[in-house]
Amino acid sequence: MKAKITITLKNGVLDPQGKAIEGALAGLGFAGASDVRQGKVIELKLEESDEAAARAKAEEMCKKLLANPVMENYQIEILA
Amino acid sequence: MKPAVIVFPASNCDRDAAAALEQATGKAPLMVWHGEASLPDTDFIILPGGFSYGDYLRSGAMAAKSPIMRAVIDKANAGTPVIGICNGFQTLCEAGLLPGALLRNSGLNFVCRSVTLRVENTSSIFTGGYEKGAFVDFPVAHHDGNYFADDETLNRLDGDERIAFRYVDNPNGSARDIAGILNEAGNVLGMMPHPERVISPLLGGVDGAAFFKSVVEAAA
Repeated sequence: MKAKITITLKNGVLDPQGKAIEGALAGLGFAGASDVRQGKVIELKLEESDEAAARAKAEEMCKKLLANPVMENYQIEILA
Repeated sequence: MKPAVIVFPASNCDRDAAAALEQATGKAPLMVWHGEASLPDTDFIILPGGFSYGDYLRSGAMAAKSPIMRAVIDKANAGTPVIGICNGFQTLCEAGLLPGALLRNSGLNFVCRSVTLRVENTSSIFTGGYEKGAFVDFPVAHHDGNYFADDETLNRLDGDERIAFRYVDNPNGSARDIAGILNEAGNVLGMMPHPERVISPLLGGVDGAAFFKSVVEAAA
């Protein structure tokens, strides 16, 4: 199975990269774009064929390495 | 004293740290590769600055999970003094030995210059040689030095006098001007500035020499 893990900064955590993107968008004339936040997406293949088992493994990966709970949230999608 | 410097792929201040330790102790420290599963006989550990694993994923994230870190965590929990400088500080936070995290600098720029720090805690083994409120000049060189923790954690750090150094002129947006913090037991110090880069007038300053001298004397 494939897992797609989306990692975003928690609310309230300063995102200077998002701010810079917002500034660049405004500079290009895209008026009204606000609250830009940058995150990351990690895709990976898992040998598990069972969705619950695949999700459990991805969850463990997030906790141990992929996300830092001090500053980040994560969301796991299991794609068949 | 048997100090050790941990070397990660893309550490770049490991030799500076070794030179600072050698100057302070009179002998070369042990250099320990990150892939080792155990530490040699050591009573003082430095995690040096650099860009371990290219700062991939998050600064210090991979280094914190490297094989040697299990042994470093055990040693730290047993009371051995551990200093993490710059990338070493990021690694200590990622390893859970220190609270909080280091985010991208608020100004987005890589900041590389000398900064003045105020010594806030003078009772730790690392800062016992300073007078309260003393100022030291150490260089910073980082992109991710913006210390972040929730208010509860920050209040605890403040209340327990675990903030070792504060920036006089905050270069990176760090919460409460934090430049360096201690763990609860006081034997782990993480700091973004680089004392090992100012150990001789030839390098532009000597405040780091005094830092290492007082640290090794206190820890000996």
